Amino acid sequence: MIRWNEFTKGIVKENPVLILLLGLCPLLAVSATAVNSLGMGIAVLFVLVGSNLVVSLFRKFIPDGVRIPVFIIIISTFVTVTDYLMAAYYPPLHKSLGVFVPLIVVNCIILGRAEVFAYRNNLFYSLLDALGMGLGFTVVITIIGMIRELLGSGTVFGFGNFVSYPALIMILPPGGFITIGFLIGALNWYRQKYK
Amino acid sequence: MEEVNLLGIFISALLINNILLIRFLGLCSFFGVSSSIKSSLGMSAAVFFVMTMASIVSWILYHCVLIPLQLEFLRTATFIIVIASLVQLEEIFMKKFFPKLYKALGVFLPLVTTNCAILAVAFLNIDYNFSFIRGLIYTWGVASGYTIAILLFASIRERVELAPVPEALKGYPISFFIAGLMSLSFLGFKGLFGL
Repeated sequence: MIRWNEFTKGIVKENPVLILLLGLCPLLAVSATAVNSLGMGIAVLFVLVGSNLVVSLFRKFIPDGVRIPVFIIIISTFVTVTDYLMAAYYPPLHKSLGVFVPLIVVNCIILGRAEVFAYRNNLFYSLLDALGMGLGFTVVITIIGMIRELLGSGTVFGFGNFVSYPALIMILPPGGFITIGFLIGALNWYRQKYK
Repeated sequence: MEEVNLLGIFISALLINNILLIRFLGLCSFFGVSSSIKSSLGMSAAVFFVMTMASIVSWILYHCVLIPLQLEFLRTATFIIVIASLVQLEEIFMKKFFPKLYKALGVFLPLVTTNCAILAVAFLNIDYNFSFIRGLIYTWGVASGYTIAILLFASIRERVELAPVPEALKGYPISFFIAGLMSLSFLGFKGLFGL
């Protein structure tokens, strides 16, 4: 009996971004275009899966008192790997994400999952949890990126020309705040109506 | 960036590239503690304190230890550990010598560890190739910018408490809209002094 809900909860019910409001900084800062958002989402997914697996693998050996520093070292290892891989294979993406790649290390989602889930569960469920949470983050950040890019420059993933008079504000910083405000507002409205 | 003078660096970090509203760093604490002016004052004092220490120590470590040993790839892990241990040290130090200040900052100090703004400033000091003095001025500019933004935001939020906000937009969504409008007004500083 596999508990598939460990996987699906991260995408919908306990979505790390919309419900728990974690990891806001990269969410707003890099979501001006859909490509950047997707790149950031995949980077976070990779670090989350890696750190959850390692934490879960060594959970019996990590002393309780120093677990947070140990988690941070594990996470920063994966972040460094991501940083260098991205710089080697996707230099334009690495350049436009800039300081936000090393900053994945302080993304609360990752440390939160290590502490709440991976430290207490076996390897397989930690993998499912990381995949679910990571996908939840990737989906939301990509949607925000698509909305902002569509309204702000009239393209999606750099293709097409859907809006004839794009509103520049959407790809500027204020657009990020307003988009996510509307998304959470819509979600609240939906929950109040159908509960 | 080379010919920009010290005042320019300060103003740029304070207003034009405001860390919270334009750069989107340190947002978790921005939304977390800004529900009252008192707690945002405490948080900004803690940020000021830790950010100064962190950027001094990480600059020295990077230029005097990591570069001579060619260990630049360890900077993510090094900086986060430096910051985490600095926060601990400062807590112990302040408890002993400045009990009054410790009491005032108390809860905010540990929170600062996960504040991405601190780590980001340490990275940006390196990425911009700042000299020691320039880095210090930049750090103070960023910390003052943080203080200004969070104080303004907290004051507005305290007033909005009494305003008739639509049910679905209560809480976070309306805060995001406020932040968006503030960010819009900070965009107006762009081009100040030709920066």
